[in-house]
Amino acid sequence: MAVLVDKNTRVMTQGFTGAQGTFHASQGIAYGSTYVGGTTPGKGGTMHPELNLPVFNTVAECVHATKANASVIYVPAPFAADAILEAIDAEVPLIICITEGIPVLDMVKVKRALQGSKSLLVGPNCPGVITPDACKIGIMPGHIHRRGSVGIVSRSGTLTYEAVAQTTAAGLGQSTCVGIGGDPVKGLDFIDVLEMFLKDDETKSIIMIGEIGGEAEVVGAEFLRKENFGPGKPNKPVVGFIAGATAPPGRRMGHAGAVISGGKDTAEAKMAAMAEAGIRVADSPSSLGSTMVKALAR
Amino acid sequence: MNIHEYQGKELLRRYGVAVLDGHVAWTAEEAAAAAKKLPGPVYVVKSQIHAGGRGAGRFKEDPNGKGGVRVVKSIEDVRAAAEAMIGKTLVTKQTGPQGKVVSRVYVEDGCDIKRELYLGLLVDRTTSRVLIMASTEGGMEIEEVAANHPEKILKVAVDPASGISGFHARKLAFGLGLEGKQVASFTKFVTAIYNAFLELDCAIVEINPLVVTGAGEIVALDAKVSFDDSALFRHKDLEALRDESEMDPKELDATKHDLNYVALDGEIGCMVNGAGLAMATMDIIKLYGSSPANFLDVGGTANAARVTEAFRIITSDANVKAILVNIFGGIAKCDMIATGIVEASKNLSLKVPLVVRLEGTNVELGKKILAESGLAIIAADNLADAAQKVVAAVKKG
Repeated sequence: MAVLVDKNTRVMTQGFTGAQGTFHASQGIAYGSTYVGGTTPGKGGTMHPELNLPVFNTVAECVHATKANASVIYVPAPFAADAILEAIDAEVPLIICITEGIPVLDMVKVKRALQGSKSLLVGPNCPGVITPDACKIGIMPGHIHRRGSVGIVSRSGTLTYEAVAQTTAAGLGQSTCVGIGGDPVKGLDFIDVLEMFLKDDETKSIIMIGEIGGEAEVVGAEFLRKENFGPGKPNKPVVGFIAGATAPPGRRMGHAGAVISGGKDTAEAKMAAMAEAGIRVADSPSSLGSTMVKALAR
Repeated sequence: MNIHEYQGKELLRRYGVAVLDGHVAWTAEEAAAAAKKLPGPVYVVKSQIHAGGRGAGRFKEDPNGKGGVRVVKSIEDVRAAAEAMIGKTLVTKQTGPQGKVVSRVYVEDGCDIKRELYLGLLVDRTTSRVLIMASTEGGMEIEEVAANHPEKILKVAVDPASGISGFHARKLAFGLGLEGKQVASFTKFVTAIYNAFLELDCAIVEINPLVVTGAGEIVALDAKVSFDDSALFRHKDLEALRDESEMDPKELDATKHDLNYVALDGEIGCMVNGAGLAMATMDIIKLYGSSPANFLDVGGTANAARVTEAFRIITSDANVKAILVNIFGGIAKCDMIATGIVEASKNLSLKVPLVVRLEGTNVELGKKILAESGLAIIAADNLADAAQKVVAAVKKG
């Protein structure tokens, strides 16, 4: 079953004819996903020169004509919030924003617009979402994935690839991988994706990868303690990792959201909260797969 | 991006935030001239550096002398205080032991302080809104108040759709125990500072202390203003406020080449794609018994030129005894990175051991380029292998 995206997902691209939109749509198509068209304002009515798919001026027109039910955004940062708002207005059920560097106050407005809307947002500043052998939306390398049983949710792109490669090598494979992104104000957070994974039959175990900064991992761990572990609960094995144990306080480590600002948002505090909730914390980013194998053997 | 107190106050004043009169001065003479423009008889001379704790800080050149903020009562004393600060190195709780050189001072009007409060604005991740925080514990470090007396921090989150409203400010004002005309003065202050926060795309604005004067006015005695780097593209005028002397020279260099670099004090230089993987690489180096010299994310669009710049910056750090390159290619292609490594190694004639781990898009091609280059590169198969090999290389060296 997987979560968020599957064989029935019909993907449109905002920023369709740009270099990023073109390249990653072609990769998604090559992977076997269903891409149906996209938007580039001013180029409506034409066909994409390389992909032979229709280009529209507005998201609403594209959705109407192509029955798209997911939109991926590669629009440059100054215009990306506007692109998300347009997709919300067009009632696209799933919006995935890859763009990095959106002003945080723009995202504050977007987050408000999502309330009561018909849309879910993944990102921004994320690698996207993939259900192996079914649908790839985003910038992740498709070939490292195998259809399987581990649900992966992560704030970091390349660290997600690390978890994917290790679970593929361990023969477990992935149900769905969701990159929630490295920004402080974003769409889906750990708790939202964890809830989906608990309800998904195909997801037998979960890897969650967090970072320093914020409290979302602690909130997610607390959710799992209540809803996953214990008699009569799903009891899916969960492996966790937090990047940034060696990061100095007060310094922003690349991601806008990766900065230690108080006492509770350190890697140490988050790993302790995870362990207390029943999550097996990997001691190194290279032991995500092996820790999961051990967790499953118990 | 951080700016100095005097720059922050100048900006906030434009939005109607109450600040005291003052002038910046680069020499003792200028400081005296600045003081003459103020009414007196009390003046405050304040060292301008990007760090807090200036009042309690001490100068390296005069460890037993007075601090980085001095209250004086004559023009002559303003001159003397400026003389004692400009060109000297101020060490505070936030600067680290190396301190920061004071290049300029802010000469400000004295103030009749009745109460000291705290006011801070930031974007709160939990509510995804601008959060206004206030506390009666002005002048204290707010992190300490938050840890020991969380009940003393009042918070209101502003809905971006309806914006700031009178009740937000009143809720804080009455919580702080303000009364009479102080409430109206505070409401005006909070409304103005919220508008400044939004229009300037701030990341943090902190007024500590915010004071209630004897006359019942609310005034900012200090101002810490920092901007959202991602929004600077729409505030070209703010770029002029950047003080490059406050930045680590290697970090400044990296910024100019669009590289995400943070200098650290370890011995292994790191070049990684992706912020999370870069942090995890630092962590695993520590796990195997060494320490990272830097955080460096070359980003998704890494090409030969960027790799060369990244190597140049890493090797300009004299503490670096070995380099670890860890690339998991998604958008970044391993063959491009490998070509960059080969070119950079030749151009910079690398003298320290280099461990390279490549994975992901075009990995076989990348490995082939490295193998055929004839360079003394230590290849690694995975992250743990890479970390062990680079730590071993340092221990051996």
